[in-house]
Amino acid sequence: MADNIGNPMIRMANSAKKGEMVEVRSLIMNPMTTGLTKDKEGKPIPAHFIQTVSVTFDGAKLLDIDWSTAVSANPYLAFKMRAEKSGTLKMVWKDNQNGVWSAESKLTVS
Amino acid sequence: MKKTIQRRQFIGTSLVAGAAVTLAGGALLRSGAALADNVAGWPAKAFDAKALDQAMAASVGKNNVPVSPKVKLTAPTIAENGGAVPVTIEIDSPMTADDYVSTVWLFVDHNPTPLASQFDLTPGLGAAYFQQRIKMAKTDNVRVIAKTSKGEFMASAPREVKVTIGGCGG
Repeated sequence: MADNIGNPMIRMANSAKKGEMVEVRSLIMNPMTTGLTKDKEGKPIPAHFIQTVSVTFDGAKLLDIDWSTAVSANPYLAFKMRAEKSGTLKMVWKDNQNGVWSAESKLTVS
Repeated sequence: MKKTIQRRQFIGTSLVAGAAVTLAGGALLRSGAALADNVAGWPAKAFDAKALDQAMAASVGKNNVPVSPKVKLTAPTIAENGGAVPVTIEIDSPMTADDYVSTVWLFVDHNPTPLASQFDLTPGLGAAYFQQRIKMAKTDNVRVIAKTSKGEFMASAPREVKVTIGGCGG
């Protein structure tokens, strides 16, 4: 079940004008199981899901997200940020089984 | 699953013990959370609540929030697959240091646990716009509540999504 997990990706423009809104799109592989379902042998499938996503820009906090098991498998997340200065956007995903993944993307602001 | 049950039992215990030992209950919750490997700071109480009013009380802190046209929630009218329903949240806000959206909650009224997501924003983000995919157990209402840095609460109009195949298998 957990053979295909992690592989976080961020897609966003690498340059923007100051003040412009930049759309950040992200994807990570995770089963996002609820703990409420059973496998074919009737054994409960344990809950395994990403609980937090944190977004920073050059180390400064931008956004913190808490997720429940109601977020779909292999979670997609898009958000918008205002381009203020050049720097590095970093996202960190953590799941309830001690999984931690991160991805970065550079933005040049002119 | 066993670990989750232990955590639920802790919650049960703290509820039975009542408000006088809320702090002790909180400590138990945290130790229970450690067993289940919950990520630090993840609001387990709000996410474990099984009814919309309880989930709202544990997250937003109240149940009656006026609907505002500033909170826009977009979702399909019909979703063939309840396992991946795309939702877009957009809140009209200046997002300046003294006036910004600080928290956004996303609920599915009758999911086994109605609170789906919580977003904590900073003014530096510059926009309150999110898109993600959620699971819906059946045809149901999706709703968003936002809180501003000035302490104002605003809700989206509830949006009904007709679900053909429920998403609880995922």
